[in-house]
Amino acid sequence: MDFTLDSEQTALRDAVRGLLSKSYDSTETRREITKTDPGFSEKTWTQLAELGALGLPFAEEDGGFGAGPVEVSIVAEEIGRVLAPEPYLETILAGGLVADLGSAEQRADVIGRVAEGALVLSLAHHDIGDAVVATASGDTWTLSGVKEPVLHGARADLLVVTARTDAGVGVFLVDPSADGVERTGYRTHDGGRAARVAFDGAAATPLGDPTADASDAVALAKARGQIALGHEAVGAMDVALRTTTEYLKTRKQFGVPLNTFQALTFRAADLYVSAELARSTVTWATLVLQDEPERAVEAASRAKMQVSRAGRHIGQEAIQLHGGIGMTAEYSVGHYTSRLTAIDHTLGDGSEHLARLASTVTDHGVVDPIG
Amino acid sequence: MKLRLSEEDAAFREEMRTFFTTQVPQSIRDTVAARRELTKDQIVETQQILNAAGLAVPNWPVEWGGKDWTPLQRHIWHEEMQLASVPAPLAFNASMVGPVIAAFGSQEVKERFLPATANLDIWWSQGFSEPDAGSDLASLRTVARREGDEYVVNGQKTWTTLGQYGDWIFTLVRTDPDAPKKQQGISFLLIDMTSPGLTVRPIELIDGGHEVNEVFFEDVRVPAENLVGEENRGWDYAKFLLGNERVGVAPVGSTKRWLAAAKELAGDRIAGDPVLATRVAGLENELLALELTALRVVAHSADGKPHPASSVLKLRGTELQQAVTELYVDLAGPLSLASGAGDGSGVPDWARVSTPQYLNFRKASIYGGSNEVQRQIIAKTILGL
Repeated sequence: MDFTLDSEQTALRDAVRGLLSKSYDSTETRREITKTDPGFSEKTWTQLAELGALGLPFAEEDGGFGAGPVEVSIVAEEIGRVLAPEPYLETILAGGLVADLGSAEQRADVIGRVAEGALVLSLAHHDIGDAVVATASGDTWTLSGVKEPVLHGARADLLVVTARTDAGVGVFLVDPSADGVERTGYRTHDGGRAARVAFDGAAATPLGDPTADASDAVALAKARGQIALGHEAVGAMDVALRTTTEYLKTRKQFGVPLNTFQALTFRAADLYVSAELARSTVTWATLVLQDEPERAVEAASRAKMQVSRAGRHIGQEAIQLHGGIGMTAEYSVGHYTSRLTAIDHTLGDGSEHLARLASTVTDHGVVDPIG
Repeated sequence: MKLRLSEEDAAFREEMRTFFTTQVPQSIRDTVAARRELTKDQIVETQQILNAAGLAVPNWPVEWGGKDWTPLQRHIWHEEMQLASVPAPLAFNASMVGPVIAAFGSQEVKERFLPATANLDIWWSQGFSEPDAGSDLASLRTVARREGDEYVVNGQKTWTTLGQYGDWIFTLVRTDPDAPKKQQGISFLLIDMTSPGLTVRPIELIDGGHEVNEVFFEDVRVPAENLVGEENRGWDYAKFLLGNERVGVAPVGSTKRWLAAAKELAGDRIAGDPVLATRVAGLENELLALELTALRVVAHSADGKPHPASSVLKLRGTELQQAVTELYVDLAGPLSLASGAGDGSGVPDWARVSTPQYLNFRKASIYGGSNEVQRQIIAKTILGL
């Protein structure tokens, strides 16, 4: 058992941190970038690609760099520290499905370009109303229905879409400029981008075998996304907590710094407890994904639930302990809370994961994290 | 980074598991599993079995019976012991006075006390807290006045856990009342509890049990050779001891076992009651997070420095321990009122003991450095507030 980064991983962390802290050197810079479409910096995206960050999750023969979940987590955590709005999660989610389900040709076509930063992917998986349905006519497939919200759906160069098939769930590649695809993009509360994507007989290419149920692959892709999001949240929580701590030390009220009030320092201590417990659980889930992927879906649920609780606790208290300044868009801490709230509600919130864990609570005696 | 135990550690875990589940009498383990009170004899018998196998005091220096284990191995030893419902070696002996004597005692004091302490031939009590010195321990007032080759001790200690069984008591006493700071002028003194002038008086607690005591000293004469280390340096030794005490105060293993047992007792109720199911699942997740934090701490404390997150363990560990005792009371529902029922009662044992245990475990967030003290430590030393 080992929870430390090796020297290569530390170097990766330092490189990503160096790049992102330049790209997002202040709340103001981030606000400028998220104000205009596509809501992120194309330049930073290219730089992340040049640094190798986008190819990390994928096999070398597909055009990736053959790294593992730990490396992905390192990048995600750095993204969380500065609230970088680049579509890294989409690369993990949609790119992961292409890598898992795609044919050799599909992988060769898509993964290499993703790794180079030349292709932004988006996973359209959230149905609003009836599920999107895939229909076959001979070898030709078309999709109908609506997905929303599709993160970075308006900017995406290629959509990876989940749809109902006779076999269960199928996954399809859709060119968003094709006939029958209509995208309506908008801003999310955390400065990100999402879209309503309507399919009306849109041409779609099955990813892998359309006669097989891809539910398990989708669940695993989501687990990978949940774990990466967990690390993003841990990075954000760490900065939110440190920002709050600094504020308590410097801000004076009644003639003394706030940290002379024990009621406030005790609340900060509780935030630390929440942050550490979340970090432990998310790190564990990353290692489960690395060593025992067959247990990753459950581990991701556990991590996401812990992140939900900690993110709410830290986000809410970070604003409260700052007082009025925490409410302002000029100041960073509210943006962290907004992002933590968005993370909570992406890929299943705390209640959903708790309900899932509760439904299996009688299947085991004790939870043994190391098997 | 890797999750799995190394082959060596996995084998070690198996070895511990086998030992604890085969060498400690089933009747003792059943008592622990049923959450009934252990007798003194059961505690002594268990520690002697462990000590004979070299497993009672692994945290001590090797020459005094310790093991050259990694922090992770110590953690595994402790967890497996709890999961197997084996009573841990008496903390006063194994985690408190033993390490202090081993680190600071003279050769004579070590030879005289350490083997007997490891084997629980001496049952130690702790004499730190006083009526006006709880979390503010340095305010203690019990005085030891030097007279020739003896100290004459006067004062009162309180919250002396299991003091009714104690053979000896390790105390903090004030030897220099004029020291400029209250932390100075305190010494660490070992006192035979059969000494004339020493009396132990039970304190009845809200659970109806007798677990803690007051200890009074009236002109108790203690040979000067019973001093540990140097006179007036006792505060340093106490800090060393309290640092050790915090290790292992997050009883993840036993809390997990309790929670698993609660699920068994609840049986089909959990499946039919979503509120109960989410409560149990939530507790499981919090315990998992705590266990993983404990693993992070042990995996990273190899260089001897305590991991900053270790204060989280006491704070959260006792909160969760208390939450599980609360779950038992709620599972028992109206049956939890039957704590005084006799053998003819139809109320099962676990339900009868649920409320006394719930009340008893209110102590967990108070002892070993109250959880407010832990928050203070986190705020000050980790967050710099």
